Parts: sequence; C-alpha cells; structure tokens
Amino acid sequence: MRFQTAIGIAALVLYVLGAGWAQAQSSGPLRIEITEGVIEPLPFALPVFEAETGDAGSYAGQISQVIAADLTGTGLFREIAPSAFISGVSSFAAPIQFADWKAINAQALVTGAVSVQGNRLNVKFRLYDVFSGAEMGSGLQFTGTTDGWRRMAHKVADAVYSRITGEGGYFDSRVVYVSETGAKDSRQKRLAIMDYDGANVQYLTDSSSIVLAPRFSPDGQRVLYTSYETGFPRIYVLDVGSVQRRVLESQEGTMSFAPRFAPDGRTIVYSLSQGGNTDIYAMNINGGGVTRLTSAPSIETAPSFSPDGSQIVFESDRSGSQQLYVMPARGGEARRISFGPGRYGTPVWSPRGDLVAFTKQNAGRFHIGVMRLDGSEERLLTASFLDEGPTWAPNGRVIMFTRETQGAQGRSTLYSVDITGRNLRPVRTPEGGSDPSWSPLQP
Amino acid sequence: MKLTTKTVLLVAGLALAACTNPNSFGAGGAGGAGGVGGAVVPGSANDPTSTAYFNQTVGDRVLFAVDQSVVSDEGRVVLEGQAQWLLANTDFTAVIEGHADEQGTREYNVALGARRANAVKEYLVSRGVADNRLQTVSFGKERPIEICSSEACYAKNRRAVTVLAGGLSG
Repeated sequence: MRFQTAIGIAALVLYVLGAGWAQAQSSGPLRIEITEGVIEPLPFALPVFEAETGDAGSYAGQISQVIAADLTGTGLFREIAPSAFISGVSSFAAPIQFADWKAINAQALVTGAVSVQGNRLNVKFRLYDVFSGAEMGSGLQFTGTTDGWRRMAHKVADAVYSRITGEGGYFDSRVVYVSETGAKDSRQKRLAIMDYDGANVQYLTDSSSIVLAPRFSPDGQRVLYTSYETGFPRIYVLDVGSVQRRVLESQEGTMSFAPRFAPDGRTIVYSLSQGGNTDIYAMNINGGGVTRLTSAPSIETAPSFSPDGSQIVFESDRSGSQQLYVMPARGGEARRISFGPGRYGTPVWSPRGDLVAFTKQNAGRFHIGVMRLDGSEERLLTASFLDEGPTWAPNGRVIMFTRETQGAQGRSTLYSVDITGRNLRPVRTPEGGSDPSWSPLQP
Repeated sequence: MKLTTKTVLLVAGLALAACTNPNSFGAGGAGGAGGVGGAVVPGSANDPTSTAYFNQTVGDRVLFAVDQSVVSDEGRVVLEGQAQWLLANTDFTAVIEGHADEQGTREYNVALGARRANAVKEYLVSRGVADNRLQTVSFGKERPIEICSSEACYAKNRRAVTVLAGGLSG
C-alpha cells in the first residue's frame, strides 16, 4: 500500500564524464513547441535498454516499452520501429553511429542501461539529438526498488520530454478518480488511484455509498472527496498511504461537497448547502476555522485556488446562468470572467497560473475549454454529449476529464487532451471512470 | 387527468387516515394487492396510513422544469396532499431527496437538487408540518430513475421525492 514512500527514487546526474559528455545544451535544434500545435510527431528511436546484470533483462524490456509509450502517448513523438534500425546500440558506453540513425530519420535517440542488485534497480539513460550529433543534457540515472520500475521509466520519459519540449514533465504522476460500474440508475462508485497511464489501479473505498470528485492534496499524499456514507453528502479526507479517512464537515441539516485544497495543503475550500442555498466556505484541514467566503442567494460552487493561493476561481449562477468568477482567497468582491454563449462550470486554475480550464454547456453540447484569467482567448478543446470536470497535468499542458456517452447504455470514461485541443484519447481503466484529479509530479 | 384521480383518492385517504391507527409497516407494503371489499391489509397501499399509500396514492414526488426549483401548480397539489398526510401521521418523518437530470455539471446539479428539496420542504412547513420532521438531501444527477438521454426521461429525473421514515416500523 505504501507504494510511494517505499520507492524513494534517487536521481543522480551521471558522474562519469565522457568526451563531449556535457557539451551539448538543450538549446539545440531539436525542440517541440507544444503551444504551437505540432502537426508532425517527432520520430525517435529507443533501442531496448541494455541489461547490465543477468536478471535485469525483463526490467530493461518493460522499462523501454513504458518510456516509448509515455512519449508516443503525448502525440508529440513517434517511435521508429526497431525493425527499421540499421545499427543497434551494443552497449550503453559504445559510441553512437549517428549516420545510421540519421538514415532512418530518427531525430532523437534514447539509450539506456538497467542493472539489478537484490531488490535495487538502477536505470540510466542518455538523450541524443541525432541531426546535430550531440547529446542533449547530461546523462541521468535513477535508483529505486524493483517494484518501482514503472516510476523509474516515467522519470526517464519525463526527462526526455522535458529536454525536448522545454516544459515540465508529467509522466511520473498519479490520478485519483471515481471508478464506476452498473447502469445509470444503479451506478456503483468507488474511489480509485492509478498511475497517470492507467497502470497500478488500487481501490481506496468500497462502493457501498456514492463518492464524488476526489481532489489531491498538493503533496499527493491525501485526497479530499465527497461521500454519501451518512446518507448526506459530506466532505472526507483520505490518506492515500494508509487508506484511513475521516469526515471533515458534518454540520446537521447541511450538505457539503466540491472540496479542494489550497496550495498550502492546510486550508480547503468547499461548498455548503443550507436551506437550499449553496455558498463557498473555507476551513483548515483539521476541521476548524470555518469561514464563509460568499453570501449570495445564488449557487456558488466548484472553487479552485490560484497556484499562489491568493485567489479563487469558482462558478455562480448569480447572473441567472452558470458563469465563472474570480475572488480573493479570503472572499470579497468577485469579478466575472466568462462571457461567451452558454453556461460555464467546474473551473480549475492551471498549475502554471496562466489559464483556467472549465466545462462549457452550450446548445445541447458539452465542451472542455481553457481561457485566460481575464476571460480572453477562450478555446474549446472538446465537444461531445457530455464532457465535464477537467483536471490539469502537473505541467499545465494536458487536461484529463470525464466523458459520458448518451442513452440508456451511457458509460463514463476518462479522456485526456492537450491544451491545443490535439491528442484527444481515452485513458484505459478497468471499469468506467469519472472525476479525475491529477497529482503533482512525484518526488 | 392523473392528477384528478390522485386528488379524489387523496380525499378518501384522508377520511380513512383520520380514524385509523397508524399501524404502519413502513416501506415494505406491497402495493395494489387485495383490499376489494375486504379488510385493509396494514401496510398495504390500501392502508391510508402506510408508506405505500403515501408513495402511490398521495404521491411521493414533484417534478421540476429545466434548471428550475419552483414548485409547479401540479406539484403544489401533490405537496398539499403530502402535508395533510404528514399532519395526520405524526409518527413519520421524511427525507426530501432533490434530483437533477444529467444535463449539467456534477457540483451544480448537487446544488440544484438542494434547491429543489428545499423548495418542497418550505412548502410542507408552510402547510404546518414541523420543520424538525423534515430533512433534505440532494443527489444531484447521481440517481436518475429513467436512463434514456431525452426529455421524456429528463422530465422524470428532475424531481424531489419525499421519502418517509419512522412510523411504528421505526
């Protein structure tokens, strides 16, 4: 269960300096600008990592596969089939035959080696810009336990992605979500957590009561969510490692939902319904210090902090329909930021601070969109019968959300899309999935 | 037309309720069986003090227009019956469940369902039902009763249902 802490991956810059090892900088010609909307994925070659010890072979194969899947899954990269390779990479230390990789139009080359000692796993890699014939950045190695091999693969992929795009990575991250089974009128829901790519699913609650909208703490160790286990919606906090949970809000005659952490990890905001009216409140994570942030007869819900914790974006129907507003974190005057046709809800502030992602409902369709915090540059990324509930990848470049299909057989599935609207793809989960919340990048 | 029937039955029900010991068996009553010219089976839909009677004859739910929480004229007729029934059957409490159709975001629909449940509660309280006998809860769009994705289903899902508890069954 204590998956995260058991691994303790250590990342070290490879200290062995070969000729020209540290020369090449990431400012070389090999570069993907994500925001410009890539037309043609960048071709890369990733020969299966060398197994440096006898029992490292299966890890080397699987780690290589996960790295390649991470990169191709972004839609920004295309893997060149190993059958096309002219020369292999006989050993991690051997010089690179750049001409052979140029000939098959590999623009990036990733090489690596894996060794196992007891339950300790070591993975090291190098990234080359084939056409300039130079290494990009320094070699890196990661050390951890063998059961953390996927995380080490994700860390390698994050480094490769980061060096080529100039953006932070997001592969070594997790997603907490609601796993769903059963028909629409008898749906069973339970909290689940998984790696960002759908691997390592664990269930955190049983399905005896409805659970909604889990949200990670800033350190990824705790999850806020709403559960109906008392018969009424109440906010709970759950420790991911121990799976222990406690109720945070249980005022008689009220309902509480839509919780979210502040960046400090100690304060939460949430909605409380009382007498039919829903407003936004804050409290500390120990359940004290309850403060009312809005006081309007309208519905105020779905609050989300700015990354610096100074402001909150939320939705309100005070104008007559759901729209997005921004207010100071301690409450106070709110300014409306959404003005297009239709209704806007579930705003989530980007971890980079530059954008807000939202659900838009217009003319019988649902969209996931992004806009700047002043409401400008609205961009709809998706359109379907029902898309909702965006969550940001740690690097603020990819969004995951819920898509529910139409009709009696309707089913919820997690999807991801990048902020240019490209690379829309389902995220594989064992059962149906909804209400994803993306963790920060793991340490 | 359905409403007329309900109103007529309601009047009959109230007459019976006034002189019947609330010997309810809670929600377990099997509706519609027997009762023709015979003794009323306690707890059955023919027992005017039963939950089954409340659910089927008085009517346990009111429906709402899209994104609205105002009780309609038809809804008020049902709630009038609920209020009279609750005033006559004081052993019962109720949880009013507010629901929304699937056209809307999850959080907003929880808040909308809360508005609907509260609108029903306020009506019942205005008719004399003690505030402390009524609780409200919203299920948002989590518990539809109809599962198609068209207005025929949505109309039935935009509802507030008065769910009885108590009586002698506890």
